[in-house]
Amino acid sequence: MRQLNPLRTLATTTALGGLLALSTLAGSAMAADAGNYPDQNVQYIIPFGPGGESDISARLQQQYFQELTGQQLIIQYMAGGGGAVGWSQLNEMGDDGYTIMGTNLPHIILKPMGKEPGFTTEELKNFFYFHYSPDALIVNNDSPFETLDDLIAAAKEAPGRITVSGSGTQSANDIANQRFESLADVKTTYIPFKGTGAAVAALLGDQVRAEWGYTTTAANHSDKVRMLAVASEERHPLFPEVPTFKELGYDMTGGAYRGMAVPEGVSDEVTTELSDIFSEINQNPEFRQKMEDLGFVLIDVPYGEMDDFMDKRRQEYEQVARDMGIIE
Amino acid sequence: METLSFMAAALSPVNLLLAIVGVAAGIVIGALPGLSATMAVAVLVPVTFGMPPEAALIMLGAIYTGAIYGGSYAAILVNTPGTPSAIATTFDGYPMAQRGDGDLAVTLSTLSSVIGGLVGALALLTLAPLLAQIALKFGPVEYFWLAIFGLTLISALSEGSTLKGFIGAGIGLLLSTVGVSVVGGDIRYSFGSQFLLGGIETISALIGLYCIPVLIDLVATPSAHLQPPEKGRGIRLGEGMRLVWRGKFNAVRSAVIGTLVAILPGAGGSIASLVSYSEARRTSRRSERFGHGEPDGVIATETANNATVGGGFIPTFVLGIPGTPPDAVILGALLVQGFRTGPEMFTTNASVTYTFIGGLVIATLLMLPMGLLIGRYAFKSIVSIPKALLVPSIAFMTVIGTYAIRNNPFDVVVMVVLGVIGWVLARYGIKPSPIVLGLILGPIAEQGFVQGYLMGNASGSVLGAFFGRPLSLAIIAMVLLSVLYPLWRAHRARRLPREPEEARP
Repeated sequence: MRQLNPLRTLATTTALGGLLALSTLAGSAMAADAGNYPDQNVQYIIPFGPGGESDISARLQQQYFQELTGQQLIIQYMAGGGGAVGWSQLNEMGDDGYTIMGTNLPHIILKPMGKEPGFTTEELKNFFYFHYSPDALIVNNDSPFETLDDLIAAAKEAPGRITVSGSGTQSANDIANQRFESLADVKTTYIPFKGTGAAVAALLGDQVRAEWGYTTTAANHSDKVRMLAVASEERHPLFPEVPTFKELGYDMTGGAYRGMAVPEGVSDEVTTELSDIFSEINQNPEFRQKMEDLGFVLIDVPYGEMDDFMDKRRQEYEQVARDMGIIE
Repeated sequence: METLSFMAAALSPVNLLLAIVGVAAGIVIGALPGLSATMAVAVLVPVTFGMPPEAALIMLGAIYTGAIYGGSYAAILVNTPGTPSAIATTFDGYPMAQRGDGDLAVTLSTLSSVIGGLVGALALLTLAPLLAQIALKFGPVEYFWLAIFGLTLISALSEGSTLKGFIGAGIGLLLSTVGVSVVGGDIRYSFGSQFLLGGIETISALIGLYCIPVLIDLVATPSAHLQPPEKGRGIRLGEGMRLVWRGKFNAVRSAVIGTLVAILPGAGGSIASLVSYSEARRTSRRSERFGHGEPDGVIATETANNATVGGGFIPTFVLGIPGTPPDAVILGALLVQGFRTGPEMFTTNASVTYTFIGGLVIATLLMLPMGLLIGRYAFKSIVSIPKALLVPSIAFMTVIGTYAIRNNPFDVVVMVVLGVIGWVLARYGIKPSPIVLGLILGPIAEQGFVQGYLMGNASGSVLGAFFGRPLSLAIIAMVLLSVLYPLWRAHRARRLPREPEEARP
C-alpha cells in the first residue's frame, strides 16, 4: 500500500490540490507536540464504499484521533466483494503501523467459511473492536405486529409467508434471521437487498412485512418504524421501551461488530499503542454520546483480549453456518 | 416567507465563496474521467467537519452539482464520459465536436445543466414529500422491469444494428455477474483471483471502453483530433440560447424525467439521461440526425443528469435513503454532524435544509458563468494541444483515474483489457454504450428478479408478483412500446420508400 501512495496522492492532488493542502496544513500545524508513534498521519482503509455505517463510525473516530494524537486519520475506501478485496490485500501493505483497516464481524469469519475469498480469519491482526450495531427486527409504525409474539404467531400459522428484508446474503442480517428462525421455531422468507438503505426502503414501501436491521436503522428512521426486539444485552438507552430478545426468552445477542486490524508484520508495541489510542477514543464522553445517539453500542475489546473475543464469535457463527449449510 | 429567508441565508459571503470553490472544483473533477462526484464529495467530508452544517452542505452540494456538469466536457471533447451520467452525452456531443462545433456543444451543455439543475432543485423544494412516497411504491419487481426497460432502450439507440446492440448488452450483462453476488453470495467468474471478487467496476469499464479506443484511433489516424473552430467566434452563447429555446419542450421533459428517475434510489443519472435521450429522439422531427451531432441530444442528456442532483436529494432528505452514491456520502456527513433525516428536515431543521436548497440553486446558477469560462478553456486547449501531448496526457489520466476509484491497481488492468476488447468490438459495429448499459443494469435486473421471485414464492404466486401490480404493468407497457416502436417505424419506412433518408456519414 505504501508504495502505491505516491500514485494515489498524485491523483488526488491533481484534482483537489487546494482542498487537500488546506486540510494537511491544519494537520501539520498540530503535529509538533506529538511523541514517537504516531509521528505522521495514519491511513485508515474502509473496505466498503463511503456513506455506510463502517464509514460513519470511522468518521466519528477520525475527529477524536486528531485531538488525541495531533495526527490525522485519513479515511480511504477500498470497496469490493463485501470487504474481501480490502482484507485480502491487508497483509501486503506497509507494516510500519501507519496503515490500518476496518474489519467487520460476522464478515471476516463467515466469508472464509467454505469459500476462498483470498484471506483467512486468522491472518487478520485485529487490534481493537470498538462497537456493534445490535440486530433488531423492525416493522412499520402501522404494522399489525405489535409485539414479537404477534409476528411469531403469524409465521407459525403460515410458514414462509412472512417476508423479511435484510442487507446481503450470509451477512449479519441473514444470520440474525437464521438464528431467530431456529430459536423461535418458525419459517420466514428472507429477502436479501444490496445494503441497509435498500432493505429499509423495501420495508417503508410495504414490499415486505418486516426488516432485519439494527438499532441504528431504527434511530435513523424513528418517525416511520418501530422495533419488535433488539439483540443487545440490555435495552438501548435510545429505545428504553423496546425489549431485548433475551427478555422475551430468545437467547440472541449480536449484530454487526466493527473494529480495526493492522498488517501482520506490524510490531506488537505499535499494535498495542494503536489499541490504546482507540481505547481512549472510546472513553471520550462526547464520542460515546454521538455514537449512542446514532444507535451504536460501544464495546471495548483491546488487542490483549482479541483472541478470546474472536473465538467466542466464531463458535456462535459456526453453529449458525451449520444450520445455513455454509459448512458441513 | 420563512423559507425564502432561509434560502437567502445561502447568499452570505462565506457561503457564496464556498459555492464558487465547490462548483469550480466539481467541474474540474467531473471533467477528469475516473474522478467521480462520489469521490470528490468523500474527500471533502473531513474538511466540512469544522464548518457549520449549512456551509458544509452547500459546499458538498456545489461540488456534486459541478461534477455532474463537468462530466460532459470529457464526453463532448474526448468521447469519454467523465461520469456515468454523461454516457449519453457522447452520442451527439462528440460528433458535434468532431465537426468543429465543440464550443457550441459545451455552451449547450452549460445552459441545459443549469435548466436541469434548477428544475431538480425546484422539485426538491416543493414536491419532496410527495415524490418520496412515489419512490417507495417501486418494489423489486418494478426495479426489474425498469432495468429491462433500460435494456430495451438499446434497441432504440442502435437502430439498423439492433442485433449488435443486444450482443453488446449481453457482453455487459455477463461482465456484471463477475464477483460476489449480492443475493445468494455466490462467487462467480472470479477464476480464483481475489481482485475479480470485487467485480468489474463500472467506471473502469467506462473509461476503458470509451477512452482507450479514442486513444488508439488518435494514434492510428493522421488527422486532427477535432476540427479547429473558426477564429474569433467566442462562446456562441446566442446560438446556444436559440437552440435551447427551440428545444425548450425537450429540455423541460428531460428535466422532469431526470428528477423522476433520480427519486428511485439506485437508478441514477446514467439511466435518467438515457431515458430522456431516447424520448427526445423518439419525439423529435429530426430524429434521424440523433447520433450524428444533433444539439437536442446534448440538451436532453445534460438537463436530465443535472436534474438528478436535486431529485436524488428527495429520498435522501425525506426517507434517509440515499438516491445516488454521492447522496450516500452526504447523508453520512449529515449523520456525523448529528442530523436526522425525515420530516424533521423540513420542520425543526428547516433552516439548514432550505439554506442548502438555496445553496444548490446558487451553485447551479454559478455554473453558467463559470462553466462558460472553464468550458471555453477546456475546448481551446483540447483543440490546440498537439496530439503527441494530448494522447499521453489522456492516457495518464485514465490510469490515475481508474486506480483512484477504489485504490485498486487491478482495476487499471481491467480498464486496459476492456479498452482493447472495446476497440476490436467497435470495428465490428458493437458500440461501448450497450456494453456499459448492460453492466449497469445487470445487477439491478438480477437483484430485482431474485427478490421478486422470492416474494412471489412467499405470497404463493410468482406470476402475480411480476405481472399483477399496476405499476409493473405500466413499465411493461413502456418496454413493449420501446421494442415495437422502431419495428413499426421501419415497417412504415419500407411502405413509404419515397420518404427522404438522411445521409449517414
